[in-house]
Amino acid sequence: MLCQSCQKNQATTHIKNIVNGELTEKHLCSECAANQGYGNVFDHMFDIGSFMSGFMGEPSFALAAEKRCPNCGITFSQITKGGRVGCARCYDTFYDRLIPSIKRIHGNTYHTGKRLKKPELESGEKNVKADVKTPPKSELETLNEELKSAVKSQEFERAAQLRDRINALKAEQGGNI
Amino acid sequence: MDTKWYEKNGKDGEVVISTRVRFARNLEDYPFPIRASANIKKEITEKVKDAVLNNNSVIATRFSCINMDNIDTGKKVSLVERHLVSPEFISGSDEKTLLLLDDESVSIMINEEDHIRLQVMTEGFDLDKAYELASRIDTLLDERLKFAFSERLGYLTQCPTNLGTGMRASVMLHLPALRATKAMRKIAENLTKLGLTIRGAYGEGTDPVAGMYQLSNQISLGISEKTAIENLKNITRQLIDRELKARQAVCTQTVIQDKIYRSEGTLRYARLISCDEALKCLSDIRMGVTSGLVKNVTLDTINRLFVEIQPATLMQNAGKSLEPAERDEMRAKLIRETI
Repeated sequence: MLCQSCQKNQATTHIKNIVNGELTEKHLCSECAANQGYGNVFDHMFDIGSFMSGFMGEPSFALAAEKRCPNCGITFSQITKGGRVGCARCYDTFYDRLIPSIKRIHGNTYHTGKRLKKPELESGEKNVKADVKTPPKSELETLNEELKSAVKSQEFERAAQLRDRINALKAEQGGNI
Repeated sequence: MDTKWYEKNGKDGEVVISTRVRFARNLEDYPFPIRASANIKKEITEKVKDAVLNNNSVIATRFSCINMDNIDTGKKVSLVERHLVSPEFISGSDEKTLLLLDDESVSIMINEEDHIRLQVMTEGFDLDKAYELASRIDTLLDERLKFAFSERLGYLTQCPTNLGTGMRASVMLHLPALRATKAMRKIAENLTKLGLTIRGAYGEGTDPVAGMYQLSNQISLGISEKTAIENLKNITRQLIDRELKARQAVCTQTVIQDKIYRSEGTLRYARLISCDEALKCLSDIRMGVTSGLVKNVTLDTINRLFVEIQPATLMQNAGKSLEPAERDEMRAKLIRETI
């Protein structure tokens, strides 16, 4: 399908919208999509899938050996093509390859904010598995450990960022608890 | 029945129409919707329904459950027009279910882009209230469902743009004067640097219909919910001030007053009016009301009309399907009788 905007490139981005009471779908190429503010987050990446298909038509045989997520079976080129990750495990499986995109989107790769509730022993309805799991470290503990390792490996810029976050968090918690 | 949030005017209602907070959440043990079969999606739906409907909280009994396969297109589109679900959610029909609170302030979309999209809406400018309620429901669900979460990346989502808090907080702003003074492009450029984004709330492109904009946080990883909300609050405050000042200035101009009064005339007397024209006229008289030029119309009424004149919602309320020309007539009648 050709891009509805430029009529030149293949449409890869499909946007749903309600126009005058009707559900409409817009089909755009990545360039026009980006111009209209609907970019695919992985578009900047060298996409082996479309690269291969450009040369050989169907990429199936070239990609047969590509690594798949053991949980959901998705490949990295499928992720970059669709702009969507297949399951939670994918973030482990393709961690190194996803991190640059994540960094580009958020400018950061460390979560601060709400965390999953630690399992409480008094709760009767909790499932057994959650109870035996070691409770996750607090955000502050994690950050402190990361700070130590950053200093050790002389990543001072990162260490400074971590220090700021620790201070901010302490201030936040001070006002809270 | 309770008044819906879109039928009333809230805090800082001259400029802020509504506030929305939404969380993206996924169940740990299941593939994300793009990789999930219909059967898996069914299982997810049952788990989430059970967690929402069968807990001891006071609001559990106030949810209704809508299977998207069982309602017609008109009803679906109307849900989007009322901002209760996303356009994405009503396209295709693969095991999507909506849990909707009776006053329509909370919607839980199951099997949208993520397993769970929890959304809270309030009238006016009230990010704290919306966040608090969303967070409370989220905590309640967290106790019963195992969410996909990583210590480093936070809540794991199908699209990496939602990683971290999984939160998107937004305010719908009416900025007709800033739009008229051509200040919006510059504002939009500066907002990107602050991790916020602004776009038209109706229609598409950079020049939105009716001067309605949606301002939201763009970044969700590496910034806490609290900080993101504080940023959004600060910028919203500034935009409110700038818009009100700009309104004072533009509303003294005869050309703007003329536009406002013409729009009032159209709304009060037209026999046929399209959705676009109605939105534009409503925007004009909204500015007219807040500047004291238009009398005898309340912002409550105007807010309600912004939703009720939309094609699918108009037909829902009429209880039948209408041709575009019939809709224009019905819409004009509704407006005349309301204002």
